[in-house]
Amino acid sequence: MHEHQRDYVLRTVEERGIRLVRLWFTDVLGNLKSFAISPAEMENALNDGMSFDGSSIDGFSRVQESDVLAIPDANTFEVLPWADAKGAEARVFCDIAKLDGTPFDGDPRQVLRRNLSAARDKGYSFYIAPDIEYFYFAPPDGTNKPVLLDQGGFFDLTSTDIASSLRKETIRTLETMSIPVEYSFHEDAPSQHEIDLRHTDALTMADSVMTFRFVVKEIAALHDVHATFMPKPLETIQGSGMHLHLSLFEGENNAFHSADDPYNLSPTAKGFMAGLLHHAAEITAVTNQTINSYKRLVPGFEAPVHISWARNNRSGLIRVPIPKRGSDSATRIEYRSPDPACNPYLAFSVILAAGMRGIEQGYELPAEADANLFEMNDAALEKMGIQQLPQSLSEALRVMENSSLVADALGDHIFEWFLRNKRAEWRSYKTHISEYELGRYLKSI
Amino acid sequence: MTSDRLTQMLAVFPSPAPVDLARTLDLAGFRWKAVASADEAAKCAPAEGWSGAIIMCDEDPEGGWSLCRSMRKRDVPVERILVLVNGSQLQDLDLRDELYDDFCLAPFHPRELEARLRHLFWFEIKGNRESLVEYSGLVLNVETYQASFGGHALDLTFMEYELLKFLAQNPGKVFSRETLLSRVWGYEYFGGARTVDVHIRRLRAKLGEEHANLIQTVRSVGYRFGQSKWSAGKN
Repeated sequence: MHEHQRDYVLRTVEERGIRLVRLWFTDVLGNLKSFAISPAEMENALNDGMSFDGSSIDGFSRVQESDVLAIPDANTFEVLPWADAKGAEARVFCDIAKLDGTPFDGDPRQVLRRNLSAARDKGYSFYIAPDIEYFYFAPPDGTNKPVLLDQGGFFDLTSTDIASSLRKETIRTLETMSIPVEYSFHEDAPSQHEIDLRHTDALTMADSVMTFRFVVKEIAALHDVHATFMPKPLETIQGSGMHLHLSLFEGENNAFHSADDPYNLSPTAKGFMAGLLHHAAEITAVTNQTINSYKRLVPGFEAPVHISWARNNRSGLIRVPIPKRGSDSATRIEYRSPDPACNPYLAFSVILAAGMRGIEQGYELPAEADANLFEMNDAALEKMGIQQLPQSLSEALRVMENSSLVADALGDHIFEWFLRNKRAEWRSYKTHISEYELGRYLKSI
Repeated sequence: MTSDRLTQMLAVFPSPAPVDLARTLDLAGFRWKAVASADEAAKCAPAEGWSGAIIMCDEDPEGGWSLCRSMRKRDVPVERILVLVNGSQLQDLDLRDELYDDFCLAPFHPRELEARLRHLFWFEIKGNRESLVEYSGLVLNVETYQASFGGHALDLTFMEYELLKFLAQNPGKVFSRETLLSRVWGYEYFGGARTVDVHIRRLRAKLGEEHANLIQTVRSVGYRFGQSKWSAGKN
């Protein structure tokens, strides 16, 4: 490690009177995990990593080797903006390594590092800007029913006021935690909000998404509100997506931009899009990893259903936003299927792998589909060669398990664990008798 | 205030200074005043004295050399005098070694002149470097790695701190993204050159809206911390 970097962290811990340093990492399902160490242990942690028993972490366990090392990435060290009377705390993201110091295969952050290194070897850095949607609900009352803030009725302020002040406080906190916000707004759905982050390299962004989900929930909880990233909490209202604006840079230059092309898209951009479209079905289990994810990907709610692209068609899987004139660096594509319940490290990994495959193998980009695909029947879609995204987690897993691209991108350890874990989730869901079935069949059959 | 170039005040002859010379000095972040004569140089000298002088002898050799002479004859002689002469005046340098410290051929190449000046002032910049870097409310303590603005602690990541420190130590100077990446990051990083923009945006956010313009974007070049005299003059 950079010596100054270590000194910086240690001096800051000392000067700012940091009481606890939280070591953050992520399990395979994308849950934030954390353990705290005292300032006295920080030097040790920076030099040698902190060992812990990984067998309690989802996706880490392996019978023979349950002890792993958390190695702080000093670059991500930050004082947390919420200090209490007892003093300030700091957090740092960690890479997980085996005891011999080599990357641990079960660590999603290491998986993303590996995929980014492969792209960097080809001269590319991968940039992402997500638009993250989520809902604010009244605190859970034990019934698991989402209660809109408007229906809560126990706030002094109107629900709009409280939600927008929550959002403002969230944005302020994000900015002090090195996560600049591009836009934010109240979505069409009641209680739904969207915050768009400014683009960064994919590793920083995956860390930022983890921090983002934590901050949104934390600040909501401070005000007795429940924030959720569940993809589709309300049947009749559009779900929460995490549209990803993607670009590749070569040095200072946007490799997706071409001044000569009518769409301003370079051959690199088109290859990337072709790769994403070609492998879209295979990576969907990773970008949309819950059973509930597939209830968002249905017609009629501005969520993509078909594997297609267009400039201005929000029913497509990839949209090509038109950047402001003269800002070449803003040329990008928007991948619209992912939802905020995904593991960002793994989702960014498979997206990059699919796009890079398209560039490397010179995939041809299919024609733009600018018609409203929701209004077309299957025969017409088939004639255009347009297929659908997987319709359920089960279908997505079936496509994924035959994908060598996803297996390579995730590595065998995570690939196998993920399939096993998600199949178990599907099995437990399959036995569930829903209210829909009872209402529809109990009396009539 | 640190030693840095902020406290320097260079005398420049002739007055007004030629445009290309003024621009080179501004872009390099030097502070300077044009003087027309030895008298004027004496009259408008800063309290702590001139830190150096850049004297163009190509148009008015007599005026130039006499200014050199008067600067060396003061009670506290002006150190670090750079003269500019054209190719046919090279013999003028003979036997005048005591009057100048370095010279540059006119017309000069901006990069060469800047490199010579930086070398000339290297000792001063290096030797006096203190542990505090200050610039209009911003204070960076390079020993404790702490930063504050207007008396409030700034929470920065390591790279944000390093970038801000580098910029604040070189106020008024324009840096390209590539330069910042190699000087501040100096090692492989996933973000590539674009990462500079990401960190600038974060720093601006942390400095707060009203101070975000402390770091200015210089179109199609890069970034500059603080005001350059050049743009201040135009405003």
